[in-house]
Amino acid sequence: MLEFKCVINDELGIHARPAGQLAKEAKNFGETTISVTKGDKTVKASQLMKLMGLGVKKGDEVTVSAEGGDEAAAIDAMKAFFKNNFAAEI
Amino acid sequence: MVLIQGKGISKGVVRGPLYFFQRPNYDIAKVKVADVAAEKARVVEAREKSSNQLYELADKCREEAGEESAILFETHAMFCDDDDYVEAIETMLNDESCNAEYAVKEAGEQFAAMFAAMDDAYMRARSADVKDVTQRILNNLMGIAEGGIDSEEPVILCSDDLAPSETLQLDKSKILGFALTAGSSNGHTAILARTMGIPAACSLGADLKETLQGRMAYLDGETGKVVLDPDNLTIQTFKDKMEKQKKFKELMDAMKGQEDVTLDGRHINVYCNIGNPDDVAAVKNNDGQGIGLFRSEFLYLAETDYPSEEKQFQAYKKVAAAMEGKRVIIRTLDIGADKQVEYFHLKKEENPAMGVRAIRICLNNREVFRTQLRALYRASAYGKVAIMFPMITSVWEVKECKRACADVMAELDKEGVPYNKETEIGIMIETPSSIFVAPELAEEVDFFSVGTNDLTQYTLACDRQASDLGRFFDAHHPAVLRALKMAADAAHEKGIWIGICGELGADLSLLPTFLAIGIDELSVSPSSVLPLRAEIRKSIAKTCTLDALKC
Repeated sequence: MLEFKCVINDELGIHARPAGQLAKEAKNFGETTISVTKGDKTVKASQLMKLMGLGVKKGDEVTVSAEGGDEAAAIDAMKAFFKNNFAAEI
Repeated sequence: MVLIQGKGISKGVVRGPLYFFQRPNYDIAKVKVADVAAEKARVVEAREKSSNQLYELADKCREEAGEESAILFETHAMFCDDDDYVEAIETMLNDESCNAEYAVKEAGEQFAAMFAAMDDAYMRARSADVKDVTQRILNNLMGIAEGGIDSEEPVILCSDDLAPSETLQLDKSKILGFALTAGSSNGHTAILARTMGIPAACSLGADLKETLQGRMAYLDGETGKVVLDPDNLTIQTFKDKMEKQKKFKELMDAMKGQEDVTLDGRHINVYCNIGNPDDVAAVKNNDGQGIGLFRSEFLYLAETDYPSEEKQFQAYKKVAAAMEGKRVIIRTLDIGADKQVEYFHLKKEENPAMGVRAIRICLNNREVFRTQLRALYRASAYGKVAIMFPMITSVWEVKECKRACADVMAELDKEGVPYNKETEIGIMIETPSSIFVAPELAEEVDFFSVGTNDLTQYTLACDRQASDLGRFFDAHHPAVLRALKMAADAAHEKGIWIGICGELGADLSLLPTFLAIGIDELSVSPSSVLPLRAEIRKSIAKTCTLDALKC
């Protein structure tokens, strides 16, 4: 399993629009399970409602992990996605 | 021949099929079913249909409105297929052996509640997204068409009356006219019909019944008639009227690009009343010279929680920019009375027209007021925005409003956000008390705009929503016209201008009176601009008299 920690700097946190894109992106890696953890709660990145239900806000730290399949490609794609869409500091 | 007689509320004759508005049923009962698998299949089908509709909407949006809103629809589409949402629905079906509608409704409420309980305002607002998607799936399950109209060709839309939130969602390209069994000429549907320039009749009563669905009919919005199976003579009458209508339209088209000036050189500003940024298209089509009343309620009526500053800013900016430097007068929220919004949690009032409404809500609820003012001032950097406060009765209210404006300006200064420091501030003159203290009010503001509907209601003690007051509700009453003159005199004494943004402004029979009183601006439905211009250009202001003010 590969993972990285990051701080979300987007004003709105992980909100509807980019959360939708993230779920879509995560589904592109069918073999790999991509998860997002905030505090003691972990959800799959492909679960849109649960992902939004985490309530990630500006300044929150989250851990993103990838397990199974092409983990390396998945984690790289996630890093790029979080940087571009949530102004994440990794 | 079948003749149904009502009251005309928006002029014009059309012929088309009658279509009864489909109102979604929000009371979904739990029903035990034997075949759970069949219900599951229905859910799958409704979800697929919903997500296809949403992807189509996203594509349409991408072409017409841009990427931002397109992605929102795509997110909604993904909600339909969300694993947890689907699982919640299926669990409900398995455990309860219930109907698909109930399972979808319950799952939707469960997720909406989850978002509503979050401690972040943005996330709480997402509960509306879940509700939206759930309603779409429910509509598809129950075979209710989007926008209430499931027809390829345009129709005459029939209903008892339509709520403001319902009119917002209508597919307006599908509507030839409105035929209402109830309603009134001052109701929201009437105002919408006049804005769109489409014929409408109300008070048609129980004779207009759903068994007539799909039948071809003529609707005459002037005489308030709906006619089925007309005889030859009637057909000829309607055809003549339609021909005249066409000629009139050609005549009006010739008025585009002309100045709003009387024969003796008096200029009048002819502006438009709008209720939605989309109405700007109608303003431009009819060559309106500005917007004299932009009702901000649409932002509040369409939401399930207070609209954010950003959302409001975008809407105001869109209109201000689209009007390209022409004046855009935006009225702060006028909720209460006949316009109720759940999340404001307003107390039920015996007499809401005289209750906590409009500016009273704003002055009691400073955060709501501040959010709107911030959005308005930010939008002032993108066009000629003016701010107007409704339901003013006292000078202290105006002073408090101005203080709130000054506070917002100071905030924006500090944040370095651009806005126009010279943004005009005006008030609605729509209460008798505002007439009596008009001289003092005029010292505080840049303009007056008279709301004749409310001014008539309060001056004559006649409820504007009541449909049986008939001759007692008389907007031409000398008391109303004298009130107008008193306000105009007070305004001119202090060197500010005065306009009319109520329905009366479009009443051509009163134009000579308005010219004699010295009204500077008339704000009317976009469809009334050109007829008004034609009339102004025929008038001689100097010879107009105040005869209508006599009893």
